[in-house]
Amino acid sequence: MGTQTEKVVREYARRFPRGVLLMAALAFGFQAWTADTPQAATPETPQPGGELVFAVGAEPPSFDGHRETTFAMIHPVAPHYSLLLKFDADNYPKIVGDLAESWTVSRDGLTFTFKIRDGVKFHDGSLLTARDIKATYDKIVAPPAGVVSVRKASYAAVDRVEAPDARTVVFRLKWPEASMLANLASPWNFIYKADILAKDPRWYEKNILGTGPFKFVEYVSGSHWVGKRHEDYFVKGRPYLDGYRALFIRDTAARLAAVRGGRALVEFRGDSPAARDDLVRALGDKVVVQESTWICALTLVINAEKKPFDDPRVRRALTVAVDRWEASRVLSKIAFLKGVGGLLRPGSEYAMPEAELTKLAGFGKNIEASRTEARRLLREAGVPDGFKFTFKNRDVAMPYQPMGIYLIDQWRKVGLNVTQIVQETGPYTADLRAGNYETNQDFACDFMDEPDLQLFKYLSSDKSPANYGRYKDPTLDDLYLKQARATDPAERKKLVWAFERRVLDEMAYQWPTLWWQRIIPQWAKLKGWKITPSHYLNQDLRDVWLAKE
Amino acid sequence: MGERVFELPEIGFSARLEAAMPRGVSALLWFLRKKPLGAAGALVIGGMLLMALAAGMVAPYDPLETDFGAMLGPPGRAHWLGTDAFGRDVLSRIMHGARTALLVGFASSFLGATLGALIGVASGYLGGRVDLYTQRGMDIVISFPIIVLALTVVAMLGSGTFNLILAITIPFIPRVSQVVRASALSIREMPYIEAARALGMGKARIILRHMFPNVMASYLVMLTAFLGQAILLEASLSFLGLGTAEPTPSWGLMLRGAAVEFAERAPWMAIFPGLTISAAVFAFNVLGDALRDILDPKLRMA
Repeated sequence: MGTQTEKVVREYARRFPRGVLLMAALAFGFQAWTADTPQAATPETPQPGGELVFAVGAEPPSFDGHRETTFAMIHPVAPHYSLLLKFDADNYPKIVGDLAESWTVSRDGLTFTFKIRDGVKFHDGSLLTARDIKATYDKIVAPPAGVVSVRKASYAAVDRVEAPDARTVVFRLKWPEASMLANLASPWNFIYKADILAKDPRWYEKNILGTGPFKFVEYVSGSHWVGKRHEDYFVKGRPYLDGYRALFIRDTAARLAAVRGGRALVEFRGDSPAARDDLVRALGDKVVVQESTWICALTLVINAEKKPFDDPRVRRALTVAVDRWEASRVLSKIAFLKGVGGLLRPGSEYAMPEAELTKLAGFGKNIEASRTEARRLLREAGVPDGFKFTFKNRDVAMPYQPMGIYLIDQWRKVGLNVTQIVQETGPYTADLRAGNYETNQDFACDFMDEPDLQLFKYLSSDKSPANYGRYKDPTLDDLYLKQARATDPAERKKLVWAFERRVLDEMAYQWPTLWWQRIIPQWAKLKGWKITPSHYLNQDLRDVWLAKE
Repeated sequence: MGERVFELPEIGFSARLEAAMPRGVSALLWFLRKKPLGAAGALVIGGMLLMALAAGMVAPYDPLETDFGAMLGPPGRAHWLGTDAFGRDVLSRIMHGARTALLVGFASSFLGATLGALIGVASGYLGGRVDLYTQRGMDIVISFPIIVLALTVVAMLGSGTFNLILAITIPFIPRVSQVVRASALSIREMPYIEAARALGMGKARIILRHMFPNVMASYLVMLTAFLGQAILLEASLSFLGLGTAEPTPSWGLMLRGAAVEFAERAPWMAIFPGLTISAAVFAFNVLGDALRDILDPKLRMA
């Protein structure tokens, strides 16, 4: 247990002096935080049976993983499906086979060949073959007209998918791509049945049929989703659970009350520090906490088409004025925000180390000097003291509101007068897409640490639909392509950092404020679930079991 | 003259009633003696007005100033009502929040009551199709609960102080209009209105000069009653995220977000703004009741 963990545990001891057991539980939970990896597996013997009940804060817009981007779909639906590859929750970011038994990559990096497990059955009893995997990826890579595949851009390198026999799938690429294997482990890429896709490629938007550990039982809108054990699941002895029930509870307080009262054992997305503390205080050693850094960041988007924000000096002044290190210290007490980082998750393979990061605009540690610099930049750009502008924010309490208040306070300290406009998600998104804003708080969440994913948002707006900054920069687009095709990690890292310097420092187009900190308080009797840095990963519930009380 | 009092409008000022009213300091003492609860309400409202006007001078801290060293601090010597999740002084935010509450409250209830009274008097006086169509229109608007209508208006127009005032004003208009129309219908039949018509006065002049002043009692009672409701609505809409936006101090806004999140650890964040809203609404309601009792001749005579 590291020093940081000890400090946190001491703080808990001061607040809740009653529980030595509680300390142990917290230490157990915090280990993941400090080590930045999931907690070590417990030596307990899994017990089969029981129904896991968990809470979900929203409902799935559709059941099709290929078209959706929300945890509200993946949490209730993922247990019904298998993937070709998946991330190993115990050893993130290691990739392991799910339906793939083994695989090889050609020396030129252009051919990926997968051997598929034998005897895998769909929930209707039919056998899965390589044809099903080809049909699934054909839909993802080149969806038919009228079918949405939101991540198809990540598979632009795929030339074609072949199924030469029932147990072999071959991906042939147009160019080598460093992220291809990770993209094939995407938690969104549920494997569907080829015959169904042939008849109706949109069938999976409203129906479920997979090879995952749980069969679909029922979905009652506004209430719950139920799954039961798939007896013919391809991993012997799994799943441990008889079934699961996802309760849709939109209101945060009600969701927390459900966990507190034992009606649900966990909410898998993430809770605030206050929720964690309340649960720990109320439930003592009946609850354990897992924490991890999170591949999610809040970002500040600046409309580069609006004056005076078309001037890089003004954008730079905005970022320089924000003390991110203080934000991390204070906001981590009230919100699930913590990491100070650039465009890649702090501590991840391609992330800029702190020594480099602090050289960038807005990441320095001397805030007084930074504020002086911000005032100078504003003066030079002809922006008067007390300049008024608007800041649009989402009407979502956590973590948007605390950061919104913090940013306004920071800008106020350099003489800027900011009016916050809080909007419902619908109009907020519409304004963001239409460019109807001056500054706006956005977010970026991904399922894995991969520069291709994390940098995509910052490409020229005509290249990336996720870039709301309304700027075009061929230098960035060129750097992106170069890093995507670089197969040497050291070379790729240099290109990624150059990209970051261009976005954050030279042009200050848009920038992350803080990275999120994932906090999962769960009932201690829920076993076998490991936290990962993404709330999209490890949700098939295959290894989850319930300890008998 | 004594007999003519029975010919006066049922609800309205008359020279006789005005003459019967005490004036100046004696009026205050008379009000205090007759309506002590109403006087207490008036005192609270006066205090709030003073607080709103002098917030910049008397508030101990800048309501926007964050102090992360004092986050979630309990009430104490430095911060009498504690601090919020950003270390901002709760008392100072309540004081400055009075500005938002009273601005929105006074503006929307004044606009709602005035427009409603004008529509009601005009509708009652003109009668016929104008009255029929106007009142059916009012029936449609009144069929929506106040909060639902206000929510709809804010959702359509967006948040912001002006839109908030508009959203609260609109539901008030038909309610005032219907009450005032009832008075106007009886006033329309009074001899002095008949006389005004006989003298050839225009409709607008009769409505504004002769009818509107005679529905002033109903108008004032509705105005004070709606003031409390308007403050509550402003707080409700801000609480729902449709009113004022952070970091502007607002009572309703102080009850949402971190106040909910830290309800157990820092209950003062919700208790004090909540008490302030309750006190303001209660004060306006008891003052409204007292004014109704005083200005309604039926109740006075009883």
